[in-house]
Amino acid sequence: MPVQTAPPKIEVPRANREGSVTVPQADRAAKVAVRDLNFFYGKVQALHNISIEIPERIVMAFIGPSGCGKSTFLRTLNRMNDVIPATRVAGQVLIDERDIYAPGTDVVELRRRVGMVFQKSNPFPKSIFENVAYGLRINRVTKSNSELAGRVEEALKDAALWNEVKDRLKMSALSLSGGQQQRLCIARALAIRPEVLLMDEPASALDPIATSKIEELIFDLKKQYTIVIVTHNMQQAARVSDTTAFFLLGKLIEVNSTEKMFTAPHEKLTEDYITGRFG
Amino acid sequence: MDLHRHLDDELGSLRDRVLLLGGEAEMALDRAMYALSERDSEVARHVLDHDDEVDHLEVEIDRQCIDIIALRQPAARDLRFVISVAKMAPVLERIADHACNIARAAIDLNNEPELKSVLDLSRMAEHALKMLRAALDAFTSGDAIVAREIIKSDSAINDLYNHTFHRLIELMVTEPATATRDARLLFVAKHLERIGDYVTDICELTVYMAEAAFIKHTN
Repeated sequence: MPVQTAPPKIEVPRANREGSVTVPQADRAAKVAVRDLNFFYGKVQALHNISIEIPERIVMAFIGPSGCGKSTFLRTLNRMNDVIPATRVAGQVLIDERDIYAPGTDVVELRRRVGMVFQKSNPFPKSIFENVAYGLRINRVTKSNSELAGRVEEALKDAALWNEVKDRLKMSALSLSGGQQQRLCIARALAIRPEVLLMDEPASALDPIATSKIEELIFDLKKQYTIVIVTHNMQQAARVSDTTAFFLLGKLIEVNSTEKMFTAPHEKLTEDYITGRFG
Repeated sequence: MDLHRHLDDELGSLRDRVLLLGGEAEMALDRAMYALSERDSEVARHVLDHDDEVDHLEVEIDRQCIDIIALRQPAARDLRFVISVAKMAPVLERIADHACNIARAAIDLNNEPELKSVLDLSRMAEHALKMLRAALDAFTSGDAIVAREIIKSDSAINDLYNHTFHRLIELMVTEPATATRDARLLFVAKHLERIGDYVTDICELTVYMAEAAFIKHTN
């Protein structure tokens, strides 16, 4: 198992799902660049020398067995692990070439730029409107109620939820279905216009129809955002992502175009995992 | 693990079926050429009667590939194997169809006086059969190196075809009385030449299966 010391080369997908040629990723700036990242829960090392580059406006999927470190790694990208006691990070996570672990980093501002959607939808016990408006209000982003309403509508539209809730914005968010609640959480994350969106198994608790809506949404959102998604569902990774990274035992084993990853992976460990012959 | 073993069992069953189809195609060709060279129309009719079973086997393989893709969602080497088999089955069925066409020609020619040119065709058929057997072996062992070698050997069949073609044309000119029979033999030669091309297709699929490399339409 090779130790990653330099960002793995990502093979360029030859065409996107619509058949048009994608911009070669080598020509795209890396939105996120991780260099020799190690992460510890107390004395236990959870991530080992991770180096990877995530180009702008693509969907990258993280796959791997439970406990392989993919969610831990995802949370290092907006310092969500900071809230866990006795954790330690070594290495660099650069977003737009700035190390987010550098002293003096404004973590609140970082999380505004790098939004997150969790496995279980977690709407606030407030109205649909207030859920989306919440981040805008606490960050004092908008100057007037009409501007606030406009941003809420825009976020709900971006999350493909507007048509379903536009007539009941004052109703409790908890009255929505599971899939709608998850899209509401995505709208809440989008309202403050992040640059990177981290998704930790965003559809794992949803039925196939709701999952399909989330996946379509991810596909649309990549036009504007850099999206990183952790998923246990390999078909989902194959459907929604442009590139896929495979983690095992806290190590990054392979990063490749999703097309290559699922038809002819480079590493035997990857092949064994995705063909279900792991172990 | 049981689910994965189940997939392995299904892939194994698919491999067995495609090899069975390959064996049927090989036997059909062998018998059709025997019917032609030994002037045995009974054997030729047997080849024709057996073709429905070959067609049925191809359809079964199609269904099995679709089932595995839909229900097991294979990836990587498993996916390449299933795709290769799905594309290989119609190729093998077409080889059997060419064998049937040779068998029909044999039935017609066996009602006429014998022609010596049949001997040249036997050499072509021998080479085509050797290629087909080797291609099926290479597929079974996933041997891309051997598959590439077999592809190169297709030129020998093409050379034999060109030689036979010119010889039969000459005969048509010099002995017009045999022209109709020579024309039939010309078609047989063309069928054998096409079989060589189909064996090449099988080898290209083996290379894809083993190496994920697309070598079709490359030099």
